[in-house]
Amino acid sequence: MGNHGGLEGGIGVKQSIIHWFKYASPQSFYPLAGRMIPWFWAAAAVFGIAGLWISFFVAPTDAQQGEGYRIIFVHVPASWMSMFIYLVMAFWAGLGLALNTRVSGMMAQALAPTGALMAALSLWTGAFWGKPMWGTWWVWDARLTSELILFFLYLGFMALQAAIDDPRRADKAGAILALVGVVNIPIIYFSVKWWNTLHQGSTINLNKAPSMAQTMLWGMLLMALGFWMYSIAVALTRVRAIILERERHTEWVKHALE
Amino acid sequence: MNPLLATVRRDVLLALRRKSEVLTAVFFFVIVTSLFPLGIGPEPVLLKKIAPGILWVAALLATLLGLPRLFAADHLDGTLEQMALSPSPLGLLVAGKILAHWLLCGLPLVLLAPVLGLQFDLDASALGILTLALLLGTPLLSLIGAIGAALTLGVRGGGVLLALLVLPLYIPALIFGAGAVEAHIAGLDVGGHLSLLAAMLVLAAFFAPWATTAALRVALE
Repeated sequence: MGNHGGLEGGIGVKQSIIHWFKYASPQSFYPLAGRMIPWFWAAAAVFGIAGLWISFFVAPTDAQQGEGYRIIFVHVPASWMSMFIYLVMAFWAGLGLALNTRVSGMMAQALAPTGALMAALSLWTGAFWGKPMWGTWWVWDARLTSELILFFLYLGFMALQAAIDDPRRADKAGAILALVGVVNIPIIYFSVKWWNTLHQGSTINLNKAPSMAQTMLWGMLLMALGFWMYSIAVALTRVRAIILERERHTEWVKHALE
Repeated sequence: MNPLLATVRRDVLLALRRKSEVLTAVFFFVIVTSLFPLGIGPEPVLLKKIAPGILWVAALLATLLGLPRLFAADHLDGTLEQMALSPSPLGLLVAGKILAHWLLCGLPLVLLAPVLGLQFDLDASALGILTLALLLGTPLLSLIGAIGAALTLGVRGGGVLLALLVLPLYIPALIFGAGAVEAHIAGLDVGGHLSLLAAMLVLAAFFAPWATTAALRVALE
């Protein structure tokens, strides 16, 4: 696969396979990540500013919830990202386990703190939204409970990786945990949902979403894109730090840091 | 002899020669459940309402107590490496160890639960459902816990880390296990809860030894 000399003009598909595996090596991924980071930061800024502008100045005041509803422009994207990042993390972890590529494990490790941040942000903004709307910081709603459990899963992943000194073992152990978590997330979600309907403690029904104004939806989607781009930018920055830390004994890192 | 049964026999024999380790988890279960009435008050209506949850949470914690020892001793004296090298598949031996863990840790909890349930004023039929739910649920706890025990094998602060990894995964078992008893007390059908518990047990019985084996191979590298 390392032959890039005379075979460059081969079949397109084959070339793309060679191309992608090239970036499985930390040495070639490091500069690529460095080149991509400014673009993702720029995209995050553009989407974020546009989303904030729509959500604060364009979107109308909600008839029932007043101005306080605007917190959902942060809350909903954060919740989406917290779930999405876990899937992406498990994807990289599984890829690393299957193909034994080093960058995959590093990507999983780099994504976990951002995912945990998103889950924490989602819980925090959810509490801020719940206090004026429901009159309480916390209800044992199915979605809130499963978000809390997702946060615990992120903490477990990070704690396991931090406790193992050998990075390769940490990657593999973390990968198994992430995959076990992915299998369990739907089970946990549906059990919590059923548990919630069985108990019927609170009268709040989150499933009855009020019909949303078009501008609100746009604001939310733009904010979600902004969060997405931010997550990629931050994860790539973090993965570069991880690559430098793990590869510090190599020659190319010494040259790269000069 | 069948390698699975041989592993079960060996682990049970070893544990019976050091009874204190097995008994610790059982006494823990008894003491924790007995503390709740002391903390909450002796009112029978309230106790009956919270009994399923308390007994199940105590069962989760008692199972957790024995998990770090599941592979630790074999890892220390090199037996685990011999198992990995042996001609019988490691997954089968691991399944045997998990089964032994359930016999030593889960089964005593199942047998004790009806007695402890009496402290909470549960009637005979509710005690029956509680025992049945624990009978289905405790093997599930051992199976999921084994993955966590293998992942934290020989890791710094393994015991606390194990709790952090495994307890969130125990939530479905807790919900349906305690839910079955609550539904019975409320006069609802318990078939759905027990069926889901059994379904999760079947799923875990298939996947957990496999994931545990993968985690053990990572730890043995």
